[in-house]
Amino acid sequence: MSALEAIVLLLVAAGGTAVVLTRDPLNQAIVASFYGLILGLAFLVLQSPDVALSQITVGAVALPLMILLALAKVRREESTQARTPEAREAGQGRPARARPDPDADRERAGTDPGEPL
Amino acid sequence: MSPETRRRVFLVAAAGFAALMLWGLSGLPPFGEYRGPYGDVLNAAAVAERHATNVVAAVTFDYRGVDTMGEEYILFAAVVGTAILLRAQRDEEERDPSETVEGRSAPPTSNAVRVLGLTLLGPIVLFGIYVVAHGHLTPGGGFQGGVVLATGALVVFLSGEYVTLRRVRPEDLIDAAESAGAAGYVLIGLAGALAGGAFLDNFLPLGQPGALLSAGTIPTINLTVGLEVAGGFVLLLTEFLEQTLVLQRRALP
Repeated sequence: MSALEAIVLLLVAAGGTAVVLTRDPLNQAIVASFYGLILGLAFLVLQSPDVALSQITVGAVALPLMILLALAKVRREESTQARTPEAREAGQGRPARARPDPDADRERAGTDPGEPL
Repeated sequence: MSPETRRRVFLVAAAGFAALMLWGLSGLPPFGEYRGPYGDVLNAAAVAERHATNVVAAVTFDYRGVDTMGEEYILFAAVVGTAILLRAQRDEEERDPSETVEGRSAPPTSNAVRVLGLTLLGPIVLFGIYVVAHGHLTPGGGFQGGVVLATGALVVFLSGEYVTLRRVRPEDLIDAAESAGAAGYVLIGLAGALAGGAFLDNFLPLGQPGALLSAGTIPTINLTVGLEVAGGFVLLLTEFLEQTLVLQRRALP
């Protein structure tokens, strides 16, 4: 194993761990995009440029994009639902159960100042 | 199950899994040592037989052409399924995509992003066409080039507003590209059968290895796959964007 291969494999291990350790889905999509790029590099170093091209286009662009768009949709639905009084009453206590992570709640409150928490 | 029991069960399972993994990994051939005979055979035979300098393309579009056809239809089915799932529901209505959240419109795209996007668009499209057209010569091919082409639409979205992309996107053309790409693969295969060989048999002149027009049917199949993938990914992108930016649930009565 050459030094370059060893470095790239270590990067892959570090990148995969980083994706798992990132808890917020929004940040995770960005980290996963970088991880896709690292995986593409690894395939290039291991002399499979065909796979590297597929990996970079899908792993670094297409997949994170789909996650980001899905997240944007979900968050919009949440914020519009919280605006109607019926939904607010029905959804009381739901954010606490659905999001046990206090960081996520604080962050959501920061992005949406109109929502009473 | 209490957390303590759960942790114990996990530790036992993890230890067993680790032991099995280590056992399996210790039996693997050393890193970088290639033992399969097929790669060597193909490397020796593909250029002489198929006149394609990219042996990977010769395998995926010729020796194993039927496999790739199945993969293309997996993508096709996935895109169609997503489009059906993301269609406008009965309880959803369209609204002005320029407004994001009530009372707060999105900040305008900065000029720097706009210039960068418009500068990148031309090279991206050119590179996508290059990757599709040279699939039988150099690494790349219909799938990779198709996705690169589709990112062109993404750049239009990023450098302008969604409204611009909506105006630019010729929906019928994209649908036609996706369908023509999916159908073209089968038609090329049938043409091989009609020409006297088997399904997906080569029926075009092989040409000079390394020339742009060479390797028989491989570049034509690459073209159909490129069309299908580019159309499919643009369709996927626009369906997601429409679902996010245009459709919203009707206010409750």
